[in-house]
Parts: sequence; C-alpha cells; structure tokens
Amino acid sequence: MTTRTWNNPIIRWIDYRLPVFSFMDHHLVDYPTPKNLSYWWNFGSLAGITLVIMIATGVFLAMHYTPHVDYAFDSVERIMRDVNYGWLIRYLHMNGASMFFLVVYIHMFRALYYGSYKAPREILWIVGVLILFAMMATAFVGYVLPWGQMSFWAATVITNLFSAIPLVGESIVTWLWGGFSVDNPTLNRFFSLHYLLPFVIFGLVFVHLWALHVHRSNNPLGIDTKGPQDTIPFHPYYTIKDAFGLGAFMIFYLGFVFFAPDFFGEAINYEPANPLVTPPHIVPEWYFLPYYAILRSIDFDIWFVSAKLIGVIAMFASIAVLFFLPWLDRSPVRSARFRPIYKQFFWIFFLVCILLGVVGKHPPNDPVFGGVEWFQYIHLGKITTAYYFLHFLVIIPLIGWLERPRPLPESISTPVTRRGLAAEGTA
Amino acid sequence: MTDTANSATAAPEGEADGENETRRDFLLIATATVGAIGAGLAAWPFIDSMNPAADVRALASTDVDLSAIEEGQAITVVWRGKPVFIRRRTIGEIEAARAVDLGDLPDPQSDEERVQKPEWLVTLGICTHLGCIPLGQRSADPRGDFDGWFCPCHGSHYDTSGRIRKGPAPRNLDIPTYTFVDDETIRIG
Repeated sequence: MTTRTWNNPIIRWIDYRLPVFSFMDHHLVDYPTPKNLSYWWNFGSLAGITLVIMIATGVFLAMHYTPHVDYAFDSVERIMRDVNYGWLIRYLHMNGASMFFLVVYIHMFRALYYGSYKAPREILWIVGVLILFAMMATAFVGYVLPWGQMSFWAATVITNLFSAIPLVGESIVTWLWGGFSVDNPTLNRFFSLHYLLPFVIFGLVFVHLWALHVHRSNNPLGIDTKGPQDTIPFHPYYTIKDAFGLGAFMIFYLGFVFFAPDFFGEAINYEPANPLVTPPHIVPEWYFLPYYAILRSIDFDIWFVSAKLIGVIAMFASIAVLFFLPWLDRSPVRSARFRPIYKQFFWIFFLVCILLGVVGKHPPNDPVFGGVEWFQYIHLGKITTAYYFLHFLVIIPLIGWLERPRPLPESISTPVTRRGLAAEGTA
Repeated sequence: MTDTANSATAAPEGEADGENETRRDFLLIATATVGAIGAGLAAWPFIDSMNPAADVRALASTDVDLSAIEEGQAITVVWRGKPVFIRRRTIGEIEAARAVDLGDLPDPQSDEERVQKPEWLVTLGICTHLGCIPLGQRSADPRGDFDGWFCPCHGSHYDTSGRIRKGPAPRNLDIPTYTFVDDETIRIG
C-alpha cells in the first residue's frame, strides 16, 4: 500500500499531524477487496448501519422515556401519541432490533457456508460471537423498558434462568433484581445497561473490523487473494454495491415500519405490566425462539443435575459452541462450494435452526401435525436440539476427516480468465 | 470535487479516460446531492421530536381566577412552566407608573400599553437580564428603588409597571398574551 499525497493543503496539514484521511483512504477507498464478493457480503455493512440507526433512534427515545415503573409504560405511549414523530422513531427502533438480528444471522450463516471463521480469521469470528452475545443482552434489557406484560414477564423468566446455578443462584437473581422481584430497581438498571451495551457493541465492532482488515474479507471461493489482479478497490466498487444493498434493505425495513410496525411484536405488550398476572402464552421475540426451544427441550434430570440447570447450560452452550467452531472444523477448505458433503449438512443445519425457531413459537404439548397427537413440539424440539449440537460436535469434525473436497481454483482470477479472457490471464 | 473523484476512482486501468469525466462528475454530484437531501429529510423527524410534544403544547394556556386577590396583593401562577406575576395595583401604584416621563426609561413604554385594565398588571416573572425570578411578590420582599420588583441576581430594579428602571436588564418584564374571560378570570396564553 502506497500512502497517498494530498493535493489540498488543509487536508495535507491535518493528515501530517493526525492521519485520518490516510486512514480512511487506506480502509474505505483504496482498500483492496476480493473482486468476486457476492451480495451475501453486504450484510456486514448492513449490520453496522443498523447499529448506527439503533443508537441514533435510541438516543432520541431516551430523551422522552422515563425509567420508572409508574411512568415507563405511559412515557412510551406518550412517545407514540404526543412526541413529534415519536411513533416513527419508536417503530424504527422496535423493528430495527428485528432487522439487526436478521441481518446478523444472515451474516453468520454466510460465514458458516463460506468458512469465514477459519484460519486466519478465528479471532474475527470470536469477536463476532461476542457481538452476538452483547446484542442479545441489549435486546433483552431493551425489551423490558416499555414495561408491558411481555416486558415484565420476559424480565422475570430470563433473570430466573440464573436461579438454576447451584448454591448461589437465588442470591444472584436477587442481586440482578435489586430486590425480591422484578421491580423499579430492575427497570432502572436495565435502562442504564440498555444505554451502555450498544457502545460496548460499537467497540467490539471496531475490534471486529480491525481483525477483518488484517487478513481482509473472505470470498465465495474461500481462497486467498494472490495479488492485485484478484482485488478491486473498495471505493467505488463496494461502496456502490453496499449503497445499493442498503437501498433494498431500507425498503424492506421501512416496509415494516410504515405498513406493519407491530408485525414482530406481541400485542399483549401493549398491556401495562402486572406483577400479579402472567399472560397465558409467553413467547420471546422471534430472534430468541431457537434458544428458547433448546431451553425448553431439556425436561429431564441427568443424575443429580436438574433439568432446569441443564436447559440453561444447553441454551448458553448453543452459542458458546460457536467459539470453538474454528477448531471443530478441521477441513482446510473454506468455501462450501468445494465441500460437497459439508454443503448438504449446512443446509440441513440451516433447516434445523428454522425448525428450532418454529418449536420455540409453539406451546410444547401442541401436536406438530394436526391429527397426529403423539408427535408434539416438545418432541420436535428434542430432536432438533440434539441435532444442533450433533452438527457442531460430531458431524463437522467427521466431515473434516472424511470429506474429499473438490479441487480449488488456483486464484480468484483463474476461473474467470480461463473462460474466454485468456489474454489477461497473465496479469 | 474533481480531485477526489479522480483520485478515488483512478486505481483500475481504463477507467479514468477523459471522455467520461464530465458525466462521471455529474453522476457523483447528483448522487451526493440526492443523498444529502435524503439525509436532511430523514434528520427532520429526529430534530422535530425535540420540539414541544402535543401534550406540552396542549398545556400552553392557563386560566386564573382573580377574585381572591385583594388590592395591593400579588400572586404568582405557573404558565408553560414559567412564573407569571399578577399584581392588583393600588391607585397610588397606578399613578406612580403613569407619572413617569418616558424619556427616563431604558425601554420606553407607557403603562397604558402594558395593561388591559389599570388595576391588573400581568407580567412574566422572569428578569430580562439572565432569567432569574425578581423579588417583590410578597410584602416582606425587597421591591427595589421603584417599588416594583428587585432582581437579586444582578440588581435590576423594576417599577410598578414592571418596567426596567435601573440595573443590567435590557428590557421591561415581558407581558404574556392574555385575555379577560370575564371580570374575575383571565386566560394566559
């Protein structure tokens, strides 16, 4: 990378002292990017933009929100009815949470398909999993703030997960609550954390990008770039591609905001929190459904360990297992394009994740198929939960051993240049 | 503009031939303009959300019952979160206010311009200097050299018409919009 010289004397003066312009040029303009990135590579920048939208809308919501059990619900209703464009800002924030998870999940499945977690991008991947954890915590505490029925009971149920910890569980829950039930101290600290955590995510995103820019983007072929003939500068090629993707994403996102703003929400959360009445059917937001299904699938003790504790461990382990993925997958080939067996299991795994979400949505003892009483969601949940862990702990290591990958192309340019562009092949 | 457009896109060969320069510049400027307008429009709901909300605007007028105020007494009422001084002036105070030569006033205004009924003086209770609340509402308060109000922050003296007479304040006490609903009730705002 050659350092640019700047024509504008003011820019040159600043850049000599604080090289912000060289930094941006290095990372956003001249940044060499594999030239074969598909639209699946748009979702990283979309996630970043969604984070910024969430922080911006959140800052403005916080100007009108009151974190007190007597006023929280009413202050949100005031935002909806009285604050100028308050409805818009809140719906952007509410639906933005769903969009954030959607975009990040696509981003993660892309990484799984194309092996983006493999050497030398393990830390990049691990930081990504940390971001997911931080997002989940942020989304959970944020969901409590409107202080509706689902807010309250979600807070109760999720904090009670920690009561499964042997010996100190109850003390930890009391500590989390700041009292003997979910109450005003809980709401206050959740608001504080909901304002703090997005900036933690922001910091993690910075580390994520730092790691990304060391070995740069993976690509659909999963092979390293061999030289300048394999890359194009980030600007204008990927700025324009990201901008186009952003336009498409915004149409999708704003479609919900303007035409179906409560699509992802639960109607009962428009009922103020009542600590004396639990709603008949408690479900988390869609992005937590698979973990919720895993939690509920464990209804059996193992020796002296209670089902409750195993369920909680399984739920956290379902994400924590991702930390170990770079070492569970022994195959040196990254992209599933050249991994005929892994490719099939990838899609089975994807389907299982969707099924876990479906299981999480339904009461455990409802039949999966109408008329077949003996096969209930709890059974589907156990099968899919078992498969989820099997995929990471058994199937992936085994495929790494047994699979014969298809031959990799020599470089990103070769498959293209061999097909009719032979003259440039020597570039 | 040309500089950045050139250097930013110059990297791949065969891209920056002179013929496309004007068209590319046009596209770049047009895109940036549309983007800037879009960002501006998107920013408006956020900026406007900080303006007074509907419930705040709905509280913009306050009715005050005057029947309990004796001559020589004053009350303070809250309108839009701000104090409003309502003083039922004595004949002596009215005459004192009207006897002043307008040439002596830093902010010349006759008493007739400042009241609807001579008996009732209605002003915002906020010093026009830096926003403190002048003393003089209670009988024990200092009322300054002109028997009106005295601001303890920086020593502004107001007279019985709420006009600035001495001290750093630039203007007379502001008069809020108000109307007499009937003889004993006013609506401020």
